[in-house]
Amino acid sequence: MTAVSTPAVAAAAKQTGGIRWSRVGLHIFLITISILWLFPLMWAVYTSLRPYEDTAANGYVSFTGVLNLDNYFTAFKDGELPKYFLNTLIVVVPAVILTLFLASMAAFTLSRFSWRFNLFFLMLFTAGNLLPPQVIITPLFRMFLALPLPGPLSDNGVWYDQYVGIIAIHVAFQLGFCTFVLSNYMKTLSKDLTEAAVVDGAGIWQIYYKVTMPLVRPAFAALVVLESTWIYNDFFWALLLMRTGNKLPITSALNNLKGEFFTNNNLIAAGAVIVALPTIIVFFAAQKQFISGLTLGGTKG
Amino acid sequence: MIILAAMLGIPAFIHIFLVWFPTFASIVLSATDWDGIGGLDSIEFIGAKNYQVLATVYPPFWPAVQHNLIWLGFFLLIATPIGILLAVLLDKEIRGTRFYQGALYLPVVLSLAIVGFITQLFLSTDQGLVNGIGAIFGMKPVDWLGDSSINLWAVLIFASWRHIGYVMILYLAGLKGVDPTLREAAKVDGATEVQTFFRVVFPVMLPINIIVLVITVIESLRAFDLAFIINRGLNGLELLSILVTNNIIGEASLIGFGSAIAVVLLVVSVGPIIIYLTRTQREEAR
Repeated sequence: MTAVSTPAVAAAAKQTGGIRWSRVGLHIFLITISILWLFPLMWAVYTSLRPYEDTAANGYVSFTGVLNLDNYFTAFKDGELPKYFLNTLIVVVPAVILTLFLASMAAFTLSRFSWRFNLFFLMLFTAGNLLPPQVIITPLFRMFLALPLPGPLSDNGVWYDQYVGIIAIHVAFQLGFCTFVLSNYMKTLSKDLTEAAVVDGAGIWQIYYKVTMPLVRPAFAALVVLESTWIYNDFFWALLLMRTGNKLPITSALNNLKGEFFTNNNLIAAGAVIVALPTIIVFFAAQKQFISGLTLGGTKG
Repeated sequence: MIILAAMLGIPAFIHIFLVWFPTFASIVLSATDWDGIGGLDSIEFIGAKNYQVLATVYPPFWPAVQHNLIWLGFFLLIATPIGILLAVLLDKEIRGTRFYQGALYLPVVLSLAIVGFITQLFLSTDQGLVNGIGAIFGMKPVDWLGDSSINLWAVLIFASWRHIGYVMILYLAGLKGVDPTLREAAKVDGATEVQTFFRVVFPVMLPINIIVLVITVIESLRAFDLAFIINRGLNGLELLSILVTNNIIGEASLIGFGSAIAVVLLVVSVGPIIIYLTRTQREEAR
């Protein structure tokens, strides 16, 4: 009896031991990877806190303990970062609101009423969101130069070099993704409430506003987080469709910190950390929304 | 009915007018020699001449195609599989998984412009970390971002830093949706973890595999910001997306010619876009 059970027990013990050791190995591996992944940002923070003179004398790979916030003050003052943050805000806030408002209406129509061409529109929005922006930039650039835009909206009479133009292209492009995500989300909602509202004599607008909108709040929250980050992070549209340096959003303006002949990496590091900070804060505050927004769009058909 | 039509019509108009109209305009303009000076009536159609010049005379075209292909190959063969591997490892019930996920995912929320600056903190010749460490071991400084034989690879490492986290999060969400009884059944049958993944989990993940694949291809075609920040996409970092923009913001604005490059980009994107569409529609039908 004992002769039979001993190897089995030993094998079982060995197996659990093996599992435990593989767990430890897994943790060691994941901790190493995590540190590796966080290291570039850590290095940026460390570099940003060191005075240029210190790194010039001792090299960047040195630990002198001389740390201060001077680079941040320089970036804020000489780089005029508050001004560019404001520019970003002027673009991001209306763009996100308009995108979600328009996308929710389109998604509502597409998911609640079956028309023959629903599929066509849905595909159009989805495909549009996948196009590389560079495919459309050449004609768009000419359109923005040619299209009139009156009065307070534009100081040069056209769409080019105007906040309105940047907001418009963000809205047009992001509408694709948001309509796709929202219409998928709305399809999962029960139709009972809508039908009850119809019986009660509610109009279409009321059904949209009072019945459907409150139900899609989770998807909305995810999209607000995601779209704010994406539009905040945009570099391409402003680079091509804005010309006046003073009107650039923060990500594009960061290039100003790079000198023509002389580059101060400590200052660039401070600028990069300042610009990254809002997105990192949003990420930690709304990690759940961030991830659910991406997976709603990426994996849910 | 009018309200409904407006609710769909206004967003659809904005999207079509600013996204699809320029797409088709790109195709039309690519057959012209328009230089942007003079009105639309000065446009002359020259057939496929732009494409001919592109393929035979224009020096940066083939390097750009090659770099886009290398970018795609690197993402497909290295970055995306690493992202999938990390997702599989994080799918296990382990302590601290939220910390690991957060760390891996953090670069995804950063603007590619910032990734570009961080790349410079690491790789610039006299102020970069890598050469700084190299100097301690007596190595000569390397011009990582300027040397056209290595700068693409250097940039790809930092592009992957971001791409891997993106793939990881998409794949992890997919793995959470896999029916746990499938894994248990495989375990009862004595399959190892590796066998379970490749024979059981991977096949049922087909929809997500396809979407991750499509996203990898699209991201490779969209690659722009990093190369532009580092050296405006010159000298080893030429990419199709950058050639398009250089033909707009450069001194000579060659609208027709730039559009031809954009159409090449469009043609390559159409395949993955169609796969994505048919995939998502089939999901819907289910």
